[in-house]
Amino acid sequence: MTTPPLPLSDTGLFRVLRDDLSVDPALPAPDAGLLLRMHREMLRLRLLETRMVVLQRQGRVGFYGSCTGQEAVAIGAGFALQGGDWVFPALRESAIMLVRGFPLVGYLAQVFGNSLDVLKGRQMPSHMSGKQVHQVSWSSCIGPQVPQAVGAAMAMKQRGDRAVAVGFCGDGATSQPDVHNALLFAGRFRPPCVVVCQNNHWSISVPTSKQTASETIAIKARAYGIPGYRVDGNDVLAVHGALQHAFERARRGEGASFVECVTYRIGAHSTSDDPTRYRSQEEVESWQRKDPLVRLQGHLRGAGLLEERGLAALQEELTAEIEAAILEAEQGPPPARATVFDDVYAELPWHLREQREELLRLPPAAGHGGGH
Amino acid sequence: MGTRSLRFREALRAAMLEEMERDDSVFLLGEEVGHYQGAYKVTEGLLEKFGPKRVIDTPIAESGFAGIAIGAAMVGLRPIVEFMTWNFSAVAFDQILNNAAKLRQMSGGQLQVPIVFRAPNGSARQVGSQHSHAMEHFYAHIPGIKCIAPATPADAYGMMKTAIRDENPVLVFESETLYSLKGDVPDDPDFTVPFGVASVAREGKDISLISWSRPVHVCLDAAAELARQGIDAEVIDLRSLRPLDEETILRSVRKTHRAVIVHEGWSYGGVGAEIADRIQRFAFDDLDAPVGRVSFLDVPMPYNAALEQHVIPNTPRVVEAARAALYAR
Ligand SMILES: Cc1ncc(C[n+]2csc(CCOP(=O)(O)OP(=O)(O)O)c2C)c(N)n1
Repeated sequence: MTTPPLPLSDTGLFRVLRDDLSVDPALPAPDAGLLLRMHREMLRLRLLETRMVVLQRQGRVGFYGSCTGQEAVAIGAGFALQGGDWVFPALRESAIMLVRGFPLVGYLAQVFGNSLDVLKGRQMPSHMSGKQVHQVSWSSCIGPQVPQAVGAAMAMKQRGDRAVAVGFCGDGATSQPDVHNALLFAGRFRPPCVVVCQNNHWSISVPTSKQTASETIAIKARAYGIPGYRVDGNDVLAVHGALQHAFERARRGEGASFVECVTYRIGAHSTSDDPTRYRSQEEVESWQRKDPLVRLQGHLRGAGLLEERGLAALQEELTAEIEAAILEAEQGPPPARATVFDDVYAELPWHLREQREELLRLPPAAGHGGGH
Repeated sequence: MGTRSLRFREALRAAMLEEMERDDSVFLLGEEVGHYQGAYKVTEGLLEKFGPKRVIDTPIAESGFAGIAIGAAMVGLRPIVEFMTWNFSAVAFDQILNNAAKLRQMSGGQLQVPIVFRAPNGSARQVGSQHSHAMEHFYAHIPGIKCIAPATPADAYGMMKTAIRDENPVLVFESETLYSLKGDVPDDPDFTVPFGVASVAREGKDISLISWSRPVHVCLDAAAELARQGIDAEVIDLRSLRPLDEETILRSVRKTHRAVIVHEGWSYGGVGAEIADRIQRFAFDDLDAPVGRVSFLDVPMPYNAALEQHVIPNTPRVVEAARAALYAR
């Protein structure tokens, strides 16, 4: 199957959905089944993120960084990946795991960080990961996952796997040396890797215009000798199409590429941030009019694939799924205190065995909760 | 000399503001220090007062702005660099270790780097292993830089001033969990606190609890609990880790004959190990028990609130260690 070349460039903006929300007739027609599956995941993610921020406000969750307004990137990417591919996310791509089959209860247990959590309560919320779906955790210190993605891809190439690795970062992260390092190696060694930057216009309170004087973010790829694609990140069809193209190229052995998804962070940077202090309501509203979920729904309605009753029923079904999963995931008690010594090394060294014995000699209440 | 009641963050801010007024070669740079008023509001109002030439919002590139500041210092300015937290200084480590710390020595004394690096440090609450480091242990290892870690607003004020006036790179380890702490601060723009002088936060005769930064307050709590048990603990607040006030430590240990060192961060090879070494070398004959240690457990910090409380030094663990040193457990 040969796909016609897509009009991708590093200074333009690749879109599939036109202003009237119809699909650009010059581009391949999307598959209706895929559209509906992507819509379901985007809607579920919208509902989930909204709920998580509420739980944080209620004190039930310690921290949350939501991807509201940026769902098209995580979901579009999730559907463009194949089973053997690896994901190295940043803060706003955790949900790719869900698209690739990670159970919602287990995902939420990572938010609560309790004994139901496969990460054993070690990692912060919004740092979800799961080896079963080939997704690693991002690093809180901005940047390291991007060269790691390139390294994973170099290993895949060396072993002759047909898989690709995708590394994500934000616009702010492009200021870090690690993103430079990633692009440097991606160009020099041509591994099957795609680096995706979600340009959501803000890096906490710093607008992209104050981050870099570069004309676009995608254009930086030129200097490293790899193609850069600038894509409408609020158009899930554009994200899916561009990434599928980039992944296929990588899989064919044609090397890495750098994709800038232009989008907008509708919510706060995280639950520790108050964005009203640095940006205007008008700006937020102008982007709400380009909401990726609303645009997809508009397209689906126009194409006769979605009607109000069906949407209401779907919303109800997903809300119930999320509520049930929260109830189940939240029930886990804290992990046993003795577990803090596990997994520091492959084996439990004598000095940690000693510290464990010492800790267990203290009454459990001394450290506030946690059984043995 | 009068005093004013300031929060820890306000004391730091007052010191920076007054020093920027006093010396126009002092300037501030870092992520979100200006328009956002600082990630923890320490630099609030400084952009409005001094303008964007002297309060510079930078891209997220710690190695970048650490290098920018070192370059500016070499040609005569006196930068104050704010990291959002000390954790993020890890990506600027080479600039600090190999450049700020060594330029004077490598240039045969021709160059100087009068620069302040400051940030919150240590555990916050439930921010996971990558955001909970006690980075002073890494930096105090390095000759050529000074490391301070005040525990009270007055010391924050006086030591920040000393740091800005110092001709060497000075690293200031603050604490997110102390920023709102209130205390009396001298109302005198020339009040400074010298480096290398510890303070006795509580006098006692039975055991010395030696600490710095936030855990000083844990030690004071533990001392109160020990007092209820009939044990009179002395609490030493080191304030300055390099230079170290060996005298005060030894004087206290010679009086109490027992010591427990309490700090955040891991014990292996850290500042606490250095202090224990000095005590055994210089006060060996005065000791009635081995020197105790209370620190992070030797694991990366977990996120879960209950687990985190086991890993961070807390009052029960300090009490337990003190009782062990008194053979009272
Ligand atoms: C090395 C480092 N410096 C600073 C921070 C604090 N910080 C956390 S997220 C963030 C902004 C990241 O912005 P961007 O890369 O655009 O991603 P976004 O959060 O907008 O998705 C900053 C500065 C950090 N985590 N790591």
